[in-house]
Amino acid sequence: MKAPVAWLFIGAFLAVCATFLVAPTAMLAIQAVTGEDGFTLAYIETLGQYRYRVAFEHSLYLSLASATAGVVAGGLVAFAVLKPGAPAWLRSLVTSFSAVAANFAGVPLAFAFISTLGTLGLLTMLLKRIGLDLYDMGFSLFSITGLTLTYSYFQIPLMVIIITPAIAALRPSWREAAEILGATPGQYWRHVGLPVLAPSLIAAWILLFGNAFSAYATAYALTSGNIGLVTTEISAVLSGNVAADPQIGAALSVGMIVVMVTVLAISTAMTRRASRWTARS
Amino acid sequence: MATVEVNRVSKSFAGRQVLADLSLTMGEGELVCLLGPSGCGKTTLLRIIAGFIPPESGRVLVAGKDVTALSPSARRMGMVFQAYSLFPNMTALDNVRFGPRVAGRPKSEQIARAGQLLDLVGLSEHADKYPHQLSGGQQQRVALARALAVQPQVLLLDEPLSALDAKVRVQLREEIRRIQRETGVTTVLVTHDQEEALSISDRVAVMNEGRLLQVASPSTIYREPSCGFVARFIGSGAVLRGVAEGHSVRVANLALPASAAAAHVHGAAVEMFIRPENVRLQPMNGQLPPGAVGVEVRERTFLGSLTRIRLTLPGTDDQFSLWADLASEQAEAFIPGSRVVAQWDEAAPRVMPDADAGLRNG
Repeated sequence: MKAPVAWLFIGAFLAVCATFLVAPTAMLAIQAVTGEDGFTLAYIETLGQYRYRVAFEHSLYLSLASATAGVVAGGLVAFAVLKPGAPAWLRSLVTSFSAVAANFAGVPLAFAFISTLGTLGLLTMLLKRIGLDLYDMGFSLFSITGLTLTYSYFQIPLMVIIITPAIAALRPSWREAAEILGATPGQYWRHVGLPVLAPSLIAAWILLFGNAFSAYATAYALTSGNIGLVTTEISAVLSGNVAADPQIGAALSVGMIVVMVTVLAISTAMTRRASRWTARS
Repeated sequence: MATVEVNRVSKSFAGRQVLADLSLTMGEGELVCLLGPSGCGKTTLLRIIAGFIPPESGRVLVAGKDVTALSPSARRMGMVFQAYSLFPNMTALDNVRFGPRVAGRPKSEQIARAGQLLDLVGLSEHADKYPHQLSGGQQQRVALARALAVQPQVLLLDEPLSALDAKVRVQLREEIRRIQRETGVTTVLVTHDQEEALSISDRVAVMNEGRLLQVASPSTIYREPSCGFVARFIGSGAVLRGVAEGHSVRVANLALPASAAAAHVHGAAVEMFIRPENVRLQPMNGQLPPGAVGVEVRERTFLGSLTRIRLTLPGTDDQFSLWADLASEQAEAFIPGSRVVAQWDEAAPRVMPDADAGLRNG
């Protein structure tokens, strides 16, 4: 592609970024520190209120837990499917299912989980019949644990889709070379497999974290806003259910951006460290 | 150093037999090349020796000990793969010390051993480089050092030069030979490159369709191929099918001189093999001298100092070709389309039964 044509596309991309990412972010930031009398930190300070602090804690916990569950479980599923000797049909089956499940979120997913694991859900009732009452044992679908379980439904398949190419790129000759040099499978994964996969695993974790952190519909449909998340709180202040206060919404959004930027900065540093062997000299 | 004995090994994949009752013995410190076309089973045999593939039947013995049921890690073998098998997340030094490291050797010993081996392969100054910072030849040198770091009884080389360019390939194969001699490790090299096999092996094992056709020294393989396949596969030359008639082979209506034909029953179907360097040409001047054949020049291929000339036998509708290698200046006199006189020493052609290749372990 000739340079001027390339710059045309790059320019268009930058314009889209500026219009739909940079400008809204800047406007949010300005809105969050602008009151009726001009500059104020009052809205930012409201983030320290119990209600919003808990919302951030819930969102962080939910994102950390579901991203970690997704990385571990999805990684293991992808590894099992790609293992030498695994049937080829299994790989296409898992890939197809993952593509569907990763996009199955929001109200339909909440309804599916309520039908299955709600207080009167099919699985709940079946387990009750055999003497296992989940809700008596402390489980609730309408809790942070229940939300984490529900989020895992789309996080795990998403991880399978993301990590499959990275696992497939591990050369069989690396494993064989390690084996003939005397390494156990554990030593191979510790010294070769996982370090090679580390940048991809970190990148996947970040994507899953962001996916959970910004999710709204599933949580709202499942808990009707009874469990405060940052996204449901933003919805509440914007829709006027509590009090129509767009500046607080802006402050909450800025808080979300700060969290994501912090997590991204940490992961970038970790990725750089994990992938220093790929740096070109 | 150890002997390696492959004893009546067979292997099939999806109903297709890849190795058929194959036996081969390698002596201590010997370098044996498994040579053959793609799909002949040579890599399968190497992987069975390494322990990556179990044989259906037969045994593998190393230093007299049956290792057939042992895992690759328990066989004390080193292996160099085709290419790109270095661990990408480790420096050259860390790659080489990987074996001693997972064996739990002290760190100082690991580093000292790795340093010695990097020195042996001439890469001491690249010890801290990652694989992507090394050339293909350097990577394969590191792979060789890594394979030797575990002090293997047997070194297995799976087409280690196939991904390299021609010049590096020649340099590295000489280096492999030097290092193999210095370390004295019994080595099995898989290749489909006959020049590579002939240049560095103590013995060459020619394989086709899962069978060993001939195992012999490079010069024997070249001069005395055991069958038409080996003759065609090693070097170049003409294989002419005909019948034995005393001291000649009758091809179409021509009696081609070949004293070796006398060893065959008169009238038996045979293959006569003659190399281009054995065929002499001269212009056609009147009558054919005794033992000479009138042929037609079909094409010339310039090969540098030599020119290869393809000749066809008269009255054979271009079915039977001979080749002659001449000094390039001399070859200019033989123009395509002209009739010339071809001659060779009666003892030069090999004459073999015209049958499917037989097994010969020499």
